[in-house]
Order: sequence, then structure tokens, then C-alpha cells
Amino acid sequence: MTNSPPPGTFFQRDFTWHPPALTPGYKTSVTRAPQRARIAYDNTVTELTGPTFGHNIIGELDNDLTLNYARPGHSAQGPRIIVHGHVLDEEARPVPNVLVEFWQANAGGRYRHKKDSYLAPLDPDFGGCGRTVTDAEGRYHFRTILPGPYPWPNGVNDWRPAHIHFSLFGHGFAQRLITQMYFEGDPHIDICPILQTIPSKAAIDTLVARLDMNHTVPMDARAYRMDFVLRGQRQTLFENKMEGM
Amino acid sequence: MRYLKETPSQTAGPYVHIGCVPSFAGLEGMFGGRDLGDKMITGDAKGERITLTGHVHDGTGMAIRDALLEIWQADAAGLYNSPQERRGAADPHFTGWGRQPTDGETGRYRFETIKPGPVPWSDGRMQAPHILVWIVARGINMGLATRVYFDDEQEANAADPLLARIEHRDRIPTLLARREGDTYHFDIHLQGPDETIFFDI
Ligand SMILES: [Fe+2]
Repeated sequence: MTNSPPPGTFFQRDFTWHPPALTPGYKTSVTRAPQRARIAYDNTVTELTGPTFGHNIIGELDNDLTLNYARPGHSAQGPRIIVHGHVLDEEARPVPNVLVEFWQANAGGRYRHKKDSYLAPLDPDFGGCGRTVTDAEGRYHFRTILPGPYPWPNGVNDWRPAHIHFSLFGHGFAQRLITQMYFEGDPHIDICPILQTIPSKAAIDTLVARLDMNHTVPMDARAYRMDFVLRGQRQTLFENKMEGM
Repeated sequence: MRYLKETPSQTAGPYVHIGCVPSFAGLEGMFGGRDLGDKMITGDAKGERITLTGHVHDGTGMAIRDALLEIWQADAAGLYNSPQERRGAADPHFTGWGRQPTDGETGRYRFETIKPGPVPWSDGRMQAPHILVWIVARGINMGLATRVYFDDEQEANAADPLLARIEHRDRIPTLLARREGDTYHFDIHLQGPDETIFFDI
């Protein structure tokens, strides 16, 4: 048995920054929003630990959506882009070796999913999902095509801005997060019922990726920069001493 | 010092399967044709093999058919298969992490796992055996965390520090999985009179 101290607890979540559960503008939330308050408790080893996924699970094309579902000699249709950035914690420390998963519609705004019946056609060379593990500096990157905006049943004429869904793991399960990334300049951002579930403009702004000409590959793919922030963690130094451990 | 704000959560949406369980979603061959988290037992794992199954109900009582659940738990000895586990090495044949969608027709979810051992509370007292559950779906703006406790662990449950602090005692049964042979039944209610206790973890 090792006897190193347990990891420190995570910083308290700011629920005024995240969307509340009940957001009637996003109609499905009405019957799916818990009505009672969440019960809080100090993180225990259950929440401080979390699964880890080695770099060895990642296949060569897992982070290239232009190729990972394409027929040999083909690639996905649409404007070619690279999405990259860091996964950091609330103290701006890199979060290395964590799994980042992403999924999106094709260039026409259509998902490869049996529940999606939008008129826009499927692209035979585009699946729409990818994954990667952050490097030692917390960096991630992948290639894809710019997803299209799409209509969805909420109001009679609601459209999603172009977006990519992200799933992120941290080092403890309490850091687990699913979110969406948007693209700078999209006029749908200000009128999207799902984005508007987030209370503040400042918080919404952190989900908007910026065009990054410095990492754009000439004659190939434009780059967009998006950083993610997971919950910070107290240093064990400042924790109360454990009794009886 | 200046802190960064945590990235705001957004709903996983109706197409979460494409990203998290692509083989289930019909993207044949993606990621080697195997969905991550579909198998928690990877070899001769120690402990009692159990099935954890149930439905996720919305406020109308309907079982929702587009949710995704993740579970995280200790091995039979009460150790987590994680680099953050500092108390010893967990069973190498048990991942401790599972991910399953609710069935597109019936809404049922199902995990094949082992019964976890007890782990300590923050002051060193032991907690009753439990499984952390995380639920995402269309209409859920931020993943919901709850815990499964076991209805045949009455003594351990009675001494559990977290269960002890729940003021509304009549809500505790929402956290108890009901044993039937090797199967534990655990239904989640997102709202209504039987609303499951959700935790701020
Ligand atoms: Fe989407």
C-alpha cells in the first residue's frame, strides 16, 4: 500500500455561471429539470478519482474527421479546419493526458444519426466524431470540416449556430464536463435558445472559438482556437489534516 | 491572483451517441468498432458480478430513450482504478468506469459490473458501498450526478456519512438499488414526487 496524501478537493462549482436546469426557452428542459436543490458534500475519494485513458487507445485517424469515416482516396466535404487549444484548470494549469471527445453535424448541418431527418444530405465520407488525449502541456488538436447550422424542433423557426459538441474528462470525476463550441461571428449565437440558457454574455463568449491565422495551414485548413477550463483543485498543503487515515 | 472560470456546460443533445457511443449510433467500425466504457470487467476481476439496470424517467413519468449514463465505482476491495488513487493498486481487470446509453426503444440502461467495496469519507469513516452515476441527455443543461446505494447493505447504509446528512429522510429510497438475484434495479426520476436526489459533487 502506498501512503501518499490524497489529492485535494475541487473548487466549488459556480452554478450561476452554468445554465440552470430549468430553461423554458429550451422546451425539452421543462420536463427534464430536477426541481429540488442539489445536495452538496465535500469530495471523497469517489469524486477525486476518475478513469484514465492512455494515448495508446487513440487510433491514427481518431483526431481527423475529414478522413476517419471517408472512403479510401476521399475526404469529407466542407471547409477544412483545425480546432486546437489547451485544456486548463481554473488556475490556468494545463490538464495533461485527459480524453477529449467531439461530435458534430456535416457541412450541410446533418448528423449521421437515425433520429436526424433534416433535408440536408448525408456525406458518405463524413461520420462526425473524433477523439484525442491531451499532451503533457494540456494541448489538443484535431482536423474536421466546418459544421453547418441546422433547424431543430423547439420554436417553429429555431436554428442552431454552427457548433461542435465536446466531452471532457479531468483527473477526478467531479471535473467531468460536456459542452459545445461555437464559431466567432456567427449571428445565430445571439438568438439560439440553447446558448441562451447560459445566464451571462461573458460565459457565452468563452464558448466561441476564434479564427487563428497563426496556426492556419496555408492552402490547406484554417485554424480555430478554443481553450477549455476544468475545475481547479486545492493543494493538499492547505487541506485539513485527515484523522484516522 | 486571477482565476479562470470553468467552461460553461451545454446539453449533450439528442446526438450524444455519435460522439460517445458511435458503434451504438451505427457508425460502423469507428474507433475500432468498440464503444469506450462498454466493458468494465476486462479479465478475471475479483468480487461479486452484478447487473445494474433501470430507466430514467422525465417529469411526465415517461422513460427517456436518448440519455447516456456513466458510472464510476471502486473495485471489490474499495480501490479506484485511477492515477489519483493513493491508497493502493486497484484490480487490473476492472476499469471502474462504464458508459451506456438508454435503449432507443425501451429506455432501459444496463451495466455489467461488480459490487464495489466500501471507501472512506473525507474524515476517514467508511462510506457504504456506492456507485457514482452521471446522466446527460437532450434537455439536461448540465450533467446530473447521483449515487447508487444497495438495499441489501442496510447496516452500512445506516452508518453512511452522506446518507446521514440528508434532511428529508423520505427521499433516501431514491438512492437505493433494489436487489433481485444478481440484478440491482435502479430507476432515476428527473422530477416529480419521486425525484432522485442529485448531488453537487
Ligand atoms: Fe448539435
